[in-house]
Amino acid sequence: MDNLVMTTPERSVMDRVDRPAEPIPADEAVPACTLRIKDLSIWYGDKRAIDNVTLDIASNAVTAIIGPSGCGKSTFIRSLNRMHELVPKTRVEGTVLLQGEDLYSSNVDPAIVRRRVGMVFQKSNPFPTMSIGENVIIGLRLNGVRNQKFLNERLERSLRMAALWDEVKDDLHKPGTSLSGGQQQRLCIARALAVEPEVLLMDEPCSALDPIATAKIEELIYELKTTYTIVTVTHNMQQAGRISDYTAFFYLGRLIEFGPTTKIFTNPSERQTEDYITGRFG
Amino acid sequence: MHFERAHNHTWRKIKSTLASTVAFVSAILVIAPLALVFLHLLVNGAGSVNWDFFTKLPAPVGATGGGMVNAIVGSLELLALAGAIGIPVGVLGGVYLAEYGSTRVNLILRFLADVLNGVPSITWGVVVYGLVVLRFKGFSAYAGGLALSLIMIPLILRTTEEVVLLVPNGYREAALALGVSRWKTIVHIVMKTASKGIITGILLALARVGGETAPLLFTAFGNRFWNHSLSQPIAALPLQIFTYAISPYDDWHRQAWAGALVLVTGVFCVNVIVRLLTQGRSASVV
Repeated sequence: MDNLVMTTPERSVMDRVDRPAEPIPADEAVPACTLRIKDLSIWYGDKRAIDNVTLDIASNAVTAIIGPSGCGKSTFIRSLNRMHELVPKTRVEGTVLLQGEDLYSSNVDPAIVRRRVGMVFQKSNPFPTMSIGENVIIGLRLNGVRNQKFLNERLERSLRMAALWDEVKDDLHKPGTSLSGGQQQRLCIARALAVEPEVLLMDEPCSALDPIATAKIEELIYELKTTYTIVTVTHNMQQAGRISDYTAFFYLGRLIEFGPTTKIFTNPSERQTEDYITGRFG
Repeated sequence: MHFERAHNHTWRKIKSTLASTVAFVSAILVIAPLALVFLHLLVNGAGSVNWDFFTKLPAPVGATGGGMVNAIVGSLELLALAGAIGIPVGVLGGVYLAEYGSTRVNLILRFLADVLNGVPSITWGVVVYGLVVLRFKGFSAYAGGLALSLIMIPLILRTTEEVVLLVPNGYREAALALGVSRWKTIVHIVMKTASKGIITGILLALARVGGETAPLLFTAFGNRFWNHSLSQPIAALPLQIFTYAISPYDDWHRQAWAGALVLVTGVFCVNVIVRLLTQGRSASVV
C-alpha cells in the first residue's frame, strides 16, 4: 500500500494504468484533499524561504499560488515534489502528505515522489536531442517501461490530453524543439502526463507565451482538473481568477490568505491580500 | 568643441586602422607556419607517399622501397589502447566535476587537471617507464598506450566538464521531475545533450596524442616489424619518423617526410571532422 517506497518502477507505472482512483476515506473533510501541507518551513542555508505554512490542496481542482516576486511561491510549489532539494543546503520542517503519506519521511525516494507529483516549468524545455514522440515517452522509458504497444498508446493518450495530438500526429519524428513556444509547452505537459502523476504542478506555465497560446493552456488546465489535482503559480491576477478554484496568497514566505478564488478576489479578509489583488503593491 | 571632436575622430580612426592592421598581421603570422609546414611536407614527402608506403614493412638499409604499414597500424593500436583507458576515465571524471562533487574538491581537481595538462609529455614516458616497463621488464604496446592515455585524461576531463556545464539546468529539472533517477538523467539527458561536445573533446585529444613521440620513446619503443603481441614493443608513426629522420640515409629521410605528411594529414582530417560535428550548434547549445 505504501506507494511512495515502491521498488520496481515498471510495475508501479503499469499498475496505476488499470487501477481505478483510490477511494477517498469517508472521514476526510469535504472537499477531498490530495495534498495536505502542515507547518511547512523551508530554509536555504540560513535564509527561511517558507515560514510555517499549513494548507490543504483539494483534489481535482486548480489551486493558484499568487504573491509578489520573492515571496516563496516557487519554493513552495517545488517543495511539493521535492524539486527544491536540487539547491544545495536546503532544510525542511513540517510535513507534506500525499494521499496520507509523508513525502519527507526518511524512507521515501524523491524520484518516486516526482513520479506521482509531476511538474511543468516556466520555460518550456523539450529535450533537444529527441523527437516529439520520444519527448513524450522518455519518462516512461527511463523508468523502465519497454512494452512498445503500451508506449504508443500512452504517447497518443498523453498528446490528446495535452490537446496537441491533432497538431503533431503526422510529425512525431520531428524534433521537439521545432514546435512553436505554445506547442512546446503543451508538449512538456504531455510529457509530464505520460507518467500518470496524481498531481500536476505548474510553475508559471504561461509567462513566456503570447495571449493565444496562453488561452489554449488555460483551457487545457480547465480540462485536466477533471483527472488531476493541479497547483499553479501565476503572476497574472486575471489568470488566477479565470482558471483556479482556490487561491493562496503568499507574502514574504508566509501564507497570508487561502480560500475559494471567488472569495479571495471579491471579499478578501486580509488587508494585504486586497492591496495585492487590487495592484496597490507587488 | 566641434574641432576637438573632429580631431578626436581622426585620431580614433588612425588608432582603429592601426589596431586592425596589427591584428591582421598577427593572424597571418599564426597561419603562415602551418601553411609553410604543410607545403614543405608536400614538396618533400608527397613523392614517397604511394601504395607501398601504406602496405609494406620498412625495407632494410640499402634496399629501396618499403613502407610504414606496421607503424600506421601500430599507431592505431596505441590510440585504441590509450582511448580504452583515457576516454572512460576522462569523460566520467569530467561528468563528476560538472555534476557531482563539492565546490572545494572540484576546485582542487580542476587545478590538478590543469597542472597535468601542462606537464611535458616526455615526463609521462619516464613515469610509465618507471612504473610499467621496469616492473614488467620490457617495452610494450600496453606501456605506450598507458603513457598516451595519461596525456589524454586531463584534456578529455576538462572539455567534458565544460560542455556538460553548458547543458541548461532546465533539462535536468525536466527529467528529474519525471521521476527519473539522477544517474539516468545524467547519462540519458545531460550527456546525450552534450554528446557532440564530448566527442569533439575525445577526437581532439586523440589527434593530440596521435602525434606524440616523446612518451613513446621509453614505452612503446618502436619496432621495425609487425607487433604480434601487445606486451611486445610496437611501432608508431611518430617514432618511425623520428628514427628515420635522425638516420644518415637519404632513402629513410624521404620515408620520414612521407610519414610526417601522412601524420599531419590525419590530424588535419580529425580537425575537419570536429568542425563538421560542431557546425550544427544552433539547435542545441553544445
